[in-house]
Amino acid sequence: MGLSPRPEPRSAEATGGESWVTTKLDALVNWSRANSLWPMPFGTACCAIEFMATAASKYDLARFGMERMSFSPRQADVLICAGRVPFKLAPVIRRIWQQMPQPKWCISMGACASSGGMFDNYAVVQGIDTIIPVDVYVPGCPPRPEGLLYGILLLQEKVKREHMGDETIRREMEPDPKSGLYIPPAAIDELSEPFGNSVHQTRSGL
Amino acid sequence: MTSSSPVARAGDGGAAGPAPVTPHNVPHRGGPANPTAEALRSRFGDAIRRIDVVWGETTVIVARERLLEIVRWLHDDPEQQYDYLSDVTGVEFRDPEPPLEVVWHLRALSRRRFLRLKVELPRGTPLEVESVWSVYRGADWLERECYDMFGIRFTGHPDLRRILMWEQYREGFPLRKDFPLRGRFSRAEQLRQALAANPEARYSMEELSIADAFEDLPDDMRQRLKAGERTGE
Amino acid sequence: MATTRRTVDVALATTGLDERGRPVRTPLVTDASGSAIAVEEPPMLEPELGGEHMLINIGPQHPATHGVLRLVLELDGETVVRCIPHVGYLHCGFEKIGEYRQYNQIVPWTDREDYLNSIGNNVAFALGAERLFGLEITERCTVLRVIAAELSRIISHLVWLGTTCIDIGAFTPFLWSFQEREKVYTLLESWVGARLTTSATRVGGMAADIPDGWMDGLRAFIGAFPKTIDEVDRMLTKNAIWVGRTIGLGTMTAAEATNYGLSGPMLRASGVAYDVRKDFPYLDYETYDFDVPIGTNGDVYDRFLVRMEELRQSVRILQQAADRLPDGPVNVDDHRVVLPPKSKAMSDMESMIHHFKQVMEGPRPPVGEAYLAVESPKGEKGYYMVSDGTSKPVRWRIRPPSFVNLSAIPKMVEGHLLSDVIAINASIDIVMGEIDR
Repeated sequence: MGLSPRPEPRSAEATGGESWVTTKLDALVNWSRANSLWPMPFGTACCAIEFMATAASKYDLARFGMERMSFSPRQADVLICAGRVPFKLAPVIRRIWQQMPQPKWCISMGACASSGGMFDNYAVVQGIDTIIPVDVYVPGCPPRPEGLLYGILLLQEKVKREHMGDETIRREMEPDPKSGLYIPPAAIDELSEPFGNSVHQTRSGL
Repeated sequence: MTSSSPVARAGDGGAAGPAPVTPHNVPHRGGPANPTAEALRSRFGDAIRRIDVVWGETTVIVARERLLEIVRWLHDDPEQQYDYLSDVTGVEFRDPEPPLEVVWHLRALSRRRFLRLKVELPRGTPLEVESVWSVYRGADWLERECYDMFGIRFTGHPDLRRILMWEQYREGFPLRKDFPLRGRFSRAEQLRQALAANPEARYSMEELSIADAFEDLPDDMRQRLKAGERTGE
Repeated sequence: MATTRRTVDVALATTGLDERGRPVRTPLVTDASGSAIAVEEPPMLEPELGGEHMLINIGPQHPATHGVLRLVLELDGETVVRCIPHVGYLHCGFEKIGEYRQYNQIVPWTDREDYLNSIGNNVAFALGAERLFGLEITERCTVLRVIAAELSRIISHLVWLGTTCIDIGAFTPFLWSFQEREKVYTLLESWVGARLTTSATRVGGMAADIPDGWMDGLRAFIGAFPKTIDEVDRMLTKNAIWVGRTIGLGTMTAAEATNYGLSGPMLRASGVAYDVRKDFPYLDYETYDFDVPIGTNGDVYDRFLVRMEELRQSVRILQQAADRLPDGPVNVDDHRVVLPPKSKAMSDMESMIHHFKQVMEGPRPPVGEAYLAVESPKGEKGYYMVSDGTSKPVRWRIRPPSFVNLSAIPKMVEGHLLSDVIAINASIDIVMGEIDR
């Protein structure tokens, strides 16, 4: 968790000033936010097709209040990054995230968005959490619609645990002026080390 | 729309020959070559370096300087009529001796023929070959991709610039064998360079050559462009 | 007036730019015999005196671009004067990584590039690899692959249908088509274990044979599916709104379409009778009785009709394949290429060595090269592989039909309205995974 760019939400005791009114207000606000998350589908590849299948009639997303896809980031609550993100697309997703107004959350759908997936090469960002703060990671290649729905339920639980008095959760992630990046470069390199893939053309084996 | 009848083509059974079948038990080497290969040899002589038949497909290796002439003849000659360019790509081998090959896949649709043309670019020579855009419009993006991935310059191409990587991409040409799989720079550096491509300054100067649009741009953008700021993808 | 400066300094033999600094585009016209004749430059769409052109940017994130495609349009009012597409936003280095993987390890990659036609791509790749290895697959495998390819064609065309309808404004067919796709997904899942990224083939055969009762499921699907096609047909084909929005748009003549290298329904809607299944057959397609629809005008409406008819023809092929599926082994009986059964690998020394060699090193083809093209739902999809005798290809080239089809979009949208651009883009049926690879 030390590498997470987003500080852990602080509990109600830590923020101080908890009372019956604020807890009820919290519950109301969080309930309404969680049940009407408007997704911004940043669909790039195969996960986008499974996202569309989740939104279609068999695995209906409308049950969760998410059938209204917002293609404008200005009106969206959740950025669902569905698919692999190459480096050419990185500034675009960063800009879209910046355009989304608070409160906003991010679901990283699929292995490629979460960690680069099977694309450990020159072209793909090894996990969008190097550029955007991610709330829920949904593994799978692509995740089944049930998997995505479980991720959405986890996000709803996360939303419901928030406290209005806690200002740390609504903070924007700013780049480090020296490196231009959002998490330390050493951390990015460590996260992106080659793992188990063959990077040799001529040697056999794994 | 015409009724959906079995595909019949003028010349079916004539120039196209008997109805085609799935090839089975194709020999590794040898076998009947595409008649175009012999026609090329008799027409162009020495410019045809070699003819191979591998797994039933005919490959003709031609001299680099006569490529466009040969392709144009293949397209225009009424006996050949290779009207369809399927693909343009490059091949680099792992060993240092074999040259870098540029490969064209051509089809004569009415005759149901397939031909592979190759030009060999020996190591150490400039990676340049003529563009076939003037013959096939489809070569436009295919050659741009070949340039982007291998660094092969296609002379005569109207707009040779990177297509898959962004235009300011500095790591090199990805499909070359000396380009490592994970790129030349560290991940943090790759991210930094990618994020530095400002998505707001989105237009290349070519797109902004529209005089009217330039006048309408916001003032600060005009100043930045006038000052020679290079825009990114 | 702004002077043109290229963003990339490239020395060209001819500049290829006109006096306004834009690429010269000469349309290709053929004479009666089909050879090209050069034409004089047509008048460029000139702006009116004092007129202003707007430059708008669609994408790369936009619901209507079917993926991360970026179109920069120069508009005169609402008419498109020029269109410059930018691709590469989904470039993930497929071809590079193919050089680092054994042939069977490349199969999952073929799922992900054209992800609407996953199992069709698996089939295409396996056929190309088998050509390179010089293998003959079994009868049962041949028919199963035809079934896989045609199911893949159906689900890809259904996505095209759903997304095109959304782009043009009709929402309901999207739900219908995804409902049908769920049925096919269920079938694929029971066969190979995955809905979308199937990785169903291996060099020399398939990953798995169909389970018991699968054919009943297939027959149930092909029995019920034509009703859905009829329903969409009733709703759209003679619908005044649909026809009004699609007819006469994005026309490509036969000569232009051939010269641009278009393939698939794009080419056939323009009247060119080229279908890889008929002209360069594979998987014994010449023994199946099916028609290939050919259009006349080459506009968006014709492409719609061609794809709808292809859905019906796919059902026809599936019916025949289901009737003729023979018994027998699915995989080739050559354990240098195909993994031996686990029981033998655990008991028999030779099988164990085969297993070890194939897992650690991978099957090795002889030195050579092969290009095998199939008719994917998007067009002519080819895999060109060059082997140097090792277990990893020297070059793995994907010939992407959508990439070449999309390169014609500047030609197709010129002179049309902005809303037509969306319709024309939808009619090309692009998938960015294949374009950018």
